[in-house]
Amino acid sequence: MFLAMIVPLILGGVALFGMARRVDVYQAMVAGAEEGLGILVRIVPALVGLLTAVYMLRASGALELMARGLSPLLSALGIPPETVALLLVRPVSGSAALGVGAELISTYGPDSLIGRTAAVMLGSTETTFYTVAVYFGAAGIVKTRYAIPAALCADLAGFLAAAWAVRLIFYRG
Amino acid sequence: MAMAVIWTAMVVLSVVCGLATGNAQAVSGAALEGAAAAVELCLSMAGVLCLWMGVMEVMKRSGLSELLSRLLRPLLKRLYPHVAGDRKVMDCISANVSANLLGLGNAATPLGLQAAREMSRHSPGVASDDLCMLVVCNTASIQLIPTTVAGVRLAAGCCNPFDILPAVWLASVLSVCAGIAAAKGLARLWRDEACFWP
Repeated sequence: MFLAMIVPLILGGVALFGMARRVDVYQAMVAGAEEGLGILVRIVPALVGLLTAVYMLRASGALELMARGLSPLLSALGIPPETVALLLVRPVSGSAALGVGAELISTYGPDSLIGRTAAVMLGSTETTFYTVAVYFGAAGIVKTRYAIPAALCADLAGFLAAAWAVRLIFYRG
Repeated sequence: MAMAVIWTAMVVLSVVCGLATGNAQAVSGAALEGAAAAVELCLSMAGVLCLWMGVMEVMKRSGLSELLSRLLRPLLKRLYPHVAGDRKVMDCISANVSANLLGLGNAATPLGLQAAREMSRHSPGVASDDLCMLVVCNTASIQLIPTTVAGVRLAAGCCNPFDILPAVWLASVLSVCAGIAAAKGLARLWRDEACFWP
Protein backbone atom coordinates (compact mmCIF):
# COMPACT_ATOMS: atom_id res chain seq x y z
CA MET A 1 0.00 0.00 0.00
CA PHE A 2 2.76 2.39 1.00
CA LEU A 3 4.79 1.42 -2.06
CA ALA A 4 1.86 1.99 -4.39
CA MET A 5 1.44 5.51 -3.02
CA ILE A 6 5.10 6.47 -2.87
CA VAL A 7 5.12 8.96 -5.76
CA PRO A 8 2.04 10.92 -4.62
CA LEU A 9 3.38 10.84 -1.05
CA ILE A 10 6.70 12.33 -2.17
CA LEU A 11 4.94 15.02 -4.22
CA GLY A 12 2.69 15.92 -1.29
CA GLY A 13 5.50 15.84 1.23
CA VAL A 14 7.78 18.06 -0.85
CA ALA A 15 4.94 20.54 -1.47
CA LEU A 16 4.06 20.74 2.23
CA PHE A 17 7.71 21.15 3.23
CA GLY A 18 8.06 23.95 0.68
CA MET A 19 4.93 25.73 1.89
CA ALA A 20 6.16 25.49 5.49
CA ARG A 21 9.39 27.19 4.38
CA ARG A 22 7.34 29.87 2.53
CA VAL A 23 8.52 28.87 -0.94
CA ASP A 24 6.27 29.58 -3.93
CA VAL A 25 5.96 25.87 -4.62
CA TYR A 26 4.04 26.10 -7.86
CA GLN A 27 6.32 28.70 -9.42
CA ALA A 28 9.41 26.65 -8.46
CA MET A 29 7.80 23.53 -9.93
CA VAL A 30 7.13 25.22 -13.27
CA ALA A 31 10.61 26.76 -13.41
CA GLY A 32 12.20 23.36 -12.79
CA ALA A 33 10.01 21.68 -15.38
CA GLU A 34 11.09 24.26 -17.94
CA GLU A 35 14.70 23.32 -17.31
CA GLY A 36 13.70 19.71 -17.99
CA LEU A 37 12.75 20.66 -21.55
CA GLY A 38 16.26 22.01 -22.12
CA ILE A 39 17.77 18.68 -21.06
CA LEU A 40 15.34 16.79 -23.26
CA VAL A 41 16.42 18.73 -26.34
CA ARG A 42 20.01 17.64 -25.74
CA ILE A 43 19.10 13.98 -25.23
CA VAL A 44 17.16 13.58 -28.50
CA PRO A 45 20.20 13.69 -30.84
CA ALA A 46 22.19 11.28 -28.66
CA LEU A 47 19.33 8.78 -28.60
CA VAL A 48 18.65 9.07 -32.33
CA GLY A 49 22.26 8.03 -32.93
CA LEU A 50 22.25 5.20 -30.43
CA LEU A 51 18.84 3.69 -31.21
CA THR A 52 19.46 3.71 -34.96
CA ALA A 53 22.53 1.51 -34.44
CA VAL A 54 20.77 -0.67 -31.85
CA TYR A 55 17.77 -1.35 -34.09
CA MET A 56 20.08 -2.19 -37.02
CA LEU A 57 22.09 -4.58 -34.86
CA ARG A 58 18.95 -6.32 -33.64
CA ALA A 59 17.55 -6.73 -37.16
CA SER A 60 20.81 -7.97 -38.69
CA GLY A 61 21.01 -11.21 -36.70
CA ALA A 62 24.50 -10.30 -35.47
CA LEU A 63 23.51 -10.87 -31.84
CA GLU A 64 22.39 -14.45 -32.55
CA LEU A 65 25.69 -15.17 -34.30
CA MET A 66 27.71 -13.77 -31.40
CA ALA A 67 25.55 -15.70 -28.93
CA ARG A 68 26.43 -18.99 -30.63
CA GLY A 69 30.12 -18.21 -30.42
CA LEU A 70 30.03 -17.16 -26.79
CA SER A 71 28.01 -19.94 -25.18
CA PRO A 72 30.93 -22.33 -24.45
CA LEU A 73 32.72 -19.49 -22.66
CA LEU A 74 29.64 -18.87 -20.49
CA SER A 75 29.35 -22.48 -19.39
CA ALA A 76 32.97 -22.30 -18.32
CA LEU A 77 32.15 -19.22 -16.18
CA GLY A 78 29.19 -20.95 -14.52
CA ILE A 79 26.52 -18.93 -16.34
CA PRO A 80 23.76 -21.02 -17.99
CA PRO A 81 24.60 -20.80 -21.73
CA GLU A 82 20.91 -20.42 -22.61
CA THR A 83 21.03 -16.86 -21.24
CA VAL A 84 23.72 -15.71 -23.69
CA ALA A 85 21.31 -13.71 -25.87
CA LEU A 86 20.03 -11.88 -22.79
CA LEU A 87 23.60 -11.03 -21.77
CA LEU A 88 24.38 -9.51 -25.15
CA VAL A 89 21.17 -7.53 -25.47
CA ARG A 90 20.97 -6.26 -21.89
CA PRO A 91 23.50 -3.38 -22.11
CA VAL A 92 22.11 -2.25 -25.46
CA SER A 93 18.32 -2.32 -25.31
CA GLY A 94 16.03 -2.52 -22.29
CA SER A 95 12.89 -3.53 -24.15
CA ALA A 96 14.67 -6.19 -26.21
CA ALA A 97 16.27 -7.60 -23.05
CA LEU A 98 12.87 -7.80 -21.38
CA GLY A 99 11.56 -9.63 -24.46
CA VAL A 100 14.43 -12.13 -24.46
CA GLY A 101 14.13 -12.59 -20.68
CA ALA A 102 10.37 -13.15 -20.82
CA GLU A 103 10.93 -15.73 -23.56
CA LEU A 104 13.46 -17.61 -21.40
CA ILE A 105 11.21 -17.44 -18.35
CA SER A 106 8.17 -18.81 -20.18
CA THR A 107 10.16 -21.47 -22.09
CA TYR A 108 12.06 -22.92 -19.13
CA GLY A 109 9.54 -21.96 -16.41
CA PRO A 110 9.81 -19.12 -13.89
CA ASP A 111 11.05 -21.45 -11.14
CA SER A 112 13.74 -23.19 -13.19
CA LEU A 113 17.43 -22.39 -12.81
CA ILE A 114 17.47 -20.64 -16.20
CA GLY A 115 14.23 -18.77 -15.58
CA ARG A 116 15.39 -17.52 -12.21
CA THR A 117 18.85 -16.57 -13.47
CA ALA A 118 17.30 -14.59 -16.33
CA ALA A 119 14.98 -12.78 -13.92
CA VAL A 120 17.81 -11.89 -11.54
CA MET A 121 19.98 -10.68 -14.43
CA LEU A 122 17.15 -8.42 -15.61
CA GLY A 123 16.55 -7.11 -12.10
CA SER A 124 20.15 -6.39 -11.19
CA THR A 125 21.53 -4.66 -14.31
CA GLU A 126 20.68 -1.61 -16.38
CA THR A 127 20.67 -0.65 -20.06
CA THR A 128 24.24 0.62 -19.97
CA PHE A 129 24.61 2.18 -23.40
CA TYR A 130 21.29 3.97 -23.10
CA THR A 131 22.29 5.41 -19.72
CA VAL A 132 25.72 6.47 -21.01
CA ALA A 133 24.21 8.12 -24.11
CA VAL A 134 21.57 9.98 -22.12
CA TYR A 135 23.94 11.22 -19.38
CA PHE A 136 26.72 12.30 -21.70
CA GLY A 137 24.21 13.75 -24.16
CA ALA A 138 22.62 15.89 -21.46
CA ALA A 139 26.01 17.04 -20.15
CA GLY A 140 27.47 17.64 -23.62
CA ILE A 141 30.38 15.25 -23.07
CA VAL A 142 32.54 14.29 -26.04
CA LYS A 143 35.45 12.58 -24.28
CA THR A 144 33.90 9.75 -22.30
CA ARG A 145 37.25 8.42 -21.03
CA TYR A 146 36.86 5.18 -19.07
CA ALA A 147 33.13 5.45 -18.31
CA ILE A 148 32.04 2.75 -20.77
CA PRO A 149 34.62 0.08 -19.83
CA ALA A 150 33.92 0.66 -16.13
CA ALA A 151 30.15 0.42 -16.67
CA LEU A 152 30.59 -2.80 -18.66
CA CYS A 153 32.67 -4.23 -15.79
CA ALA A 154 29.69 -3.60 -13.53
CA ASP A 155 27.40 -5.39 -16.02
CA LEU A 156 29.69 -8.39 -16.31
CA ALA A 157 29.96 -8.61 -12.54
CA GLY A 158 26.16 -8.36 -12.35
CA PHE A 159 25.70 -11.31 -14.72
CA LEU A 160 28.24 -13.48 -12.92
CA ALA A 161 26.77 -12.54 -9.55
CA ALA A 162 23.23 -13.28 -10.78
CA ALA A 163 24.16 -16.81 -11.84
CA TRP A 164 26.08 -17.34 -8.61
CA ALA A 165 23.38 -15.88 -6.31
CA VAL A 166 20.63 -18.02 -7.83
CA ARG A 167 22.71 -21.15 -7.31
CA LEU A 168 23.58 -20.12 -3.77
CA ILE A 169 20.03 -19.26 -2.69
CA PHE A 170 17.92 -21.82 -4.55
CA TYR A 171 20.18 -24.76 -5.29
CA ARG A 172 22.43 -25.14 -2.28
CA GLY A 173 23.95 -28.57 -1.90
CA MET B 1 35.89 8.71 -29.02
CA ALA B 2 34.71 5.58 -27.24
CA MET B 3 31.15 6.12 -28.38
CA ALA B 4 32.33 6.78 -31.94
CA VAL B 5 34.19 3.45 -32.06
CA ILE B 6 31.27 1.52 -30.54
CA TRP B 7 28.74 3.20 -32.80
CA THR B 8 30.74 2.57 -35.96
CA ALA B 9 31.36 -1.04 -34.92
CA MET B 10 27.65 -1.59 -34.32
CA VAL B 11 26.66 -0.13 -37.69
CA VAL B 12 29.36 -1.95 -39.69
CA LEU B 13 28.62 -5.24 -37.92
CA SER B 14 24.91 -4.87 -38.69
CA VAL B 15 25.57 -4.19 -42.36
CA VAL B 16 27.96 -7.15 -42.70
CA CYS B 17 25.72 -9.54 -40.77
CA GLY B 18 22.64 -8.26 -42.55
CA LEU B 19 24.19 -9.02 -45.93
CA ALA B 20 25.57 -12.39 -44.79
CA THR B 21 22.33 -13.64 -43.26
CA GLY B 22 20.05 -12.17 -45.90
CA ASN B 23 18.49 -9.67 -43.53
CA ALA B 24 19.62 -6.63 -45.54
CA GLN B 25 16.07 -5.42 -46.11
CA ALA B 26 15.26 -5.66 -42.41
CA VAL B 27 18.43 -3.76 -41.46
CA SER B 28 17.63 -0.79 -43.66
CA GLY B 29 14.10 -0.69 -42.31
CA ALA B 30 15.40 -0.92 -38.76
CA ALA B 31 17.74 2.06 -39.19
CA LEU B 32 14.84 4.38 -39.93
CA GLU B 33 12.65 2.73 -37.33
CA GLY B 34 15.33 3.24 -34.65
CA ALA B 35 15.66 6.94 -35.40
CA ALA B 36 11.91 7.40 -35.10
CA ALA B 37 11.78 5.32 -31.91
CA ALA B 38 14.38 7.60 -30.28
CA VAL B 39 12.17 10.66 -30.68
CA GLU B 40 9.12 8.72 -29.48
CA LEU B 41 11.06 7.55 -26.42
CA CYS B 42 12.10 11.10 -25.60
CA LEU B 43 8.55 12.36 -25.97
CA SER B 44 7.23 9.58 -23.77
CA MET B 45 9.68 10.45 -20.99
CA ALA B 46 9.30 14.22 -21.39
CA GLY B 47 6.46 14.55 -18.89
CA VAL B 48 8.10 12.51 -16.15
CA LEU B 49 11.43 14.25 -16.68
CA CYS B 50 9.91 17.72 -16.38
CA LEU B 51 7.85 16.66 -13.36
CA TRP B 52 10.87 15.45 -11.38
CA MET B 53 12.96 18.44 -12.40
CA GLY B 54 10.16 20.56 -11.01
CA VAL B 55 10.14 18.58 -7.76
CA MET B 56 13.92 19.02 -7.52
CA GLU B 57 13.56 22.77 -7.91
CA VAL B 58 11.02 22.88 -5.06
CA MET B 59 13.38 20.76 -2.94
CA LYS B 60 16.26 23.11 -3.70
CA ARG B 61 14.39 26.32 -2.89
CA SER B 62 12.93 24.90 0.31
CA GLY B 63 16.24 23.53 1.58
CA LEU B 64 15.02 19.93 1.56
CA SER B 65 17.72 18.82 -0.87
CA GLU B 66 20.37 20.32 1.38
CA LEU B 67 19.04 18.29 4.30
CA LEU B 68 19.17 15.13 2.21
CA SER B 69 22.65 16.08 1.08
CA ARG B 70 23.88 16.41 4.65
CA LEU B 71 22.50 12.96 5.44
CA LEU B 72 24.29 11.23 2.55
CA ARG B 73 27.45 13.32 2.68
CA PRO B 74 29.67 10.84 4.58
CA LEU B 75 29.13 8.25 1.84
CA LEU B 76 29.08 10.55 -1.18
CA LYS B 77 32.20 12.53 -0.38
CA ARG B 78 34.19 9.31 -0.70
CA LEU B 79 32.64 8.46 -4.06
CA TYR B 80 32.85 11.99 -5.46
CA PRO B 81 35.86 13.59 -3.74
CA HIS B 82 36.40 16.37 -6.29
CA VAL B 83 32.89 17.81 -6.20
CA ALA B 84 32.35 17.34 -2.46
CA GLY B 85 32.73 21.10 -2.03
CA ASP B 86 30.17 22.02 -4.69
CA ARG B 87 26.82 22.20 -2.91
CA LYS B 88 24.72 22.34 -6.09
CA VAL B 89 26.23 19.13 -7.45
CA MET B 90 26.06 17.31 -4.12
CA ASP B 91 22.38 18.21 -3.72
CA CYS B 92 21.58 16.75 -7.14
CA ILE B 93 23.60 13.58 -6.52
CA SER B 94 21.92 13.08 -3.14
CA ALA B 95 18.49 13.33 -4.74
CA ASN B 96 19.58 10.92 -7.49
CA VAL B 97 20.86 8.37 -4.97
CA SER B 98 17.70 8.66 -2.86
CA ALA B 99 15.48 8.10 -5.91
CA ASN B 100 17.56 5.05 -6.90
CA LEU B 101 17.29 3.59 -3.40
CA LEU B 102 13.52 4.13 -3.38
CA GLY B 103 13.30 2.24 -6.68
CA LEU B 104 12.08 5.33 -8.54
CA GLY B 105 14.06 4.83 -11.76
CA ASN B 106 11.87 7.40 -13.52
CA ALA B 107 12.84 10.04 -11.00
CA ALA B 108 16.48 9.01 -10.66
CA THR B 109 17.32 9.73 -14.30
CA PRO B 110 16.26 13.41 -14.43
CA LEU B 111 17.94 14.07 -11.08
CA GLY B 112 21.12 12.33 -12.23
CA LEU B 113 21.09 14.27 -15.49
CA GLN B 114 20.97 17.52 -13.60
CA ALA B 115 23.92 16.40 -11.50
CA ALA B 116 25.81 15.50 -14.68
CA ARG B 117 25.11 18.91 -16.15
CA GLU B 118 26.29 20.71 -13.06
CA MET B 119 29.48 18.61 -13.02
CA SER B 120 30.20 19.27 -16.70
CA ARG B 121 30.36 23.01 -16.02
CA HIS B 122 33.75 22.41 -14.40
CA SER B 123 35.19 20.41 -17.31
CA PRO B 124 33.20 21.13 -20.47
CA GLY B 125 33.18 18.32 -23.02
CA VAL B 126 35.31 15.94 -20.95
CA ALA B 127 33.99 13.35 -18.49
CA SER B 128 35.73 14.05 -15.17
CA ASP B 129 36.46 11.24 -12.72
CA ASP B 130 33.37 12.18 -10.73
CA LEU B 131 31.13 12.23 -13.80
CA CYS B 132 32.39 8.79 -14.81
CA MET B 133 31.57 7.56 -11.29
CA LEU B 134 28.07 9.05 -11.52
CA VAL B 135 27.41 7.31 -14.84
CA VAL B 136 28.79 3.99 -13.57
CA CYS B 137 26.68 4.14 -10.40
CA ASN B 138 23.60 4.83 -12.47
CA THR B 139 24.25 2.07 -15.01
CA ALA B 140 24.50 -0.35 -12.09
CA SER B 141 21.73 1.15 -10.02
CA ILE B 142 20.29 -0.82 -7.15
CA GLN B 143 16.65 -1.67 -7.68
CA LEU B 144 14.90 -2.57 -4.43
CA ILE B 145 11.70 -3.94 -5.96
CA PRO B 146 12.07 -5.13 -9.58
CA THR B 147 8.37 -4.88 -10.42
CA THR B 148 8.63 -5.39 -14.20
CA VAL B 149 10.50 -8.68 -13.88
CA ALA B 150 8.12 -9.82 -11.15
CA GLY B 151 5.25 -9.10 -13.53
CA VAL B 152 6.85 -11.26 -16.23
CA ARG B 153 7.32 -14.14 -13.77
CA LEU B 154 3.74 -13.83 -12.56
CA ALA B 155 2.50 -13.94 -16.15
CA ALA B 156 4.53 -17.14 -16.70
CA GLY B 157 2.59 -18.82 -13.87
CA CYS B 158 4.93 -18.26 -10.93
CA CYS B 159 3.15 -18.35 -7.58
CA ASN B 160 5.81 -16.42 -5.67
CA PRO B 161 7.32 -13.94 -8.16
CA PHE B 162 9.23 -12.06 -5.46
CA ASP B 163 11.21 -15.06 -4.18
CA ILE B 164 14.13 -13.82 -6.31
CA LEU B 165 14.48 -10.59 -4.29
CA PRO B 166 17.45 -11.66 -2.11
CA ALA B 167 19.29 -12.88 -5.20
CA VAL B 168 18.55 -9.62 -7.04
CA TRP B 169 19.81 -7.55 -4.12
CA LEU B 170 22.96 -9.62 -3.76
CA ALA B 171 23.71 -9.43 -7.49
CA SER B 172 22.98 -5.67 -7.56
CA VAL B 173 25.27 -4.92 -4.66
CA LEU B 174 28.09 -6.97 -6.17
CA SER B 175 27.59 -5.29 -9.54
CA VAL B 176 27.64 -1.78 -8.04
CA CYS B 177 30.77 -2.61 -6.02
CA ALA B 178 32.49 -3.97 -9.12
CA GLY B 179 31.53 -0.82 -11.03
CA ILE B 180 32.86 1.48 -8.31
CA ALA B 181 36.08 -0.54 -8.03
CA ALA B 182 36.52 -0.47 -11.82
CA ALA B 183 35.90 3.29 -11.97
CA LYS B 184 38.30 4.03 -9.11
CA GLY B 185 40.92 1.70 -10.60
CA LEU B 186 40.63 3.06 -14.12
CA ALA B 187 40.76 6.63 -12.80
CA ARG B 188 44.30 5.91 -11.66
CA LEU B 189 45.33 4.43 -14.99
CA TRP B 190 43.60 7.05 -17.15
CA ARG B 191 45.82 9.99 -16.44
CA ASP B 192 46.66 10.87 -20.05
CA GLU B 193 43.89 13.39 -20.62
CA ALA B 194 44.81 15.37 -17.53
CA CYS B 195 41.22 15.75 -16.52
CA PHE B 196 41.54 16.96 -12.98
CA TRP B 197 39.87 19.47 -10.83
CA PRO B 198 41.17 23.00 -11.38
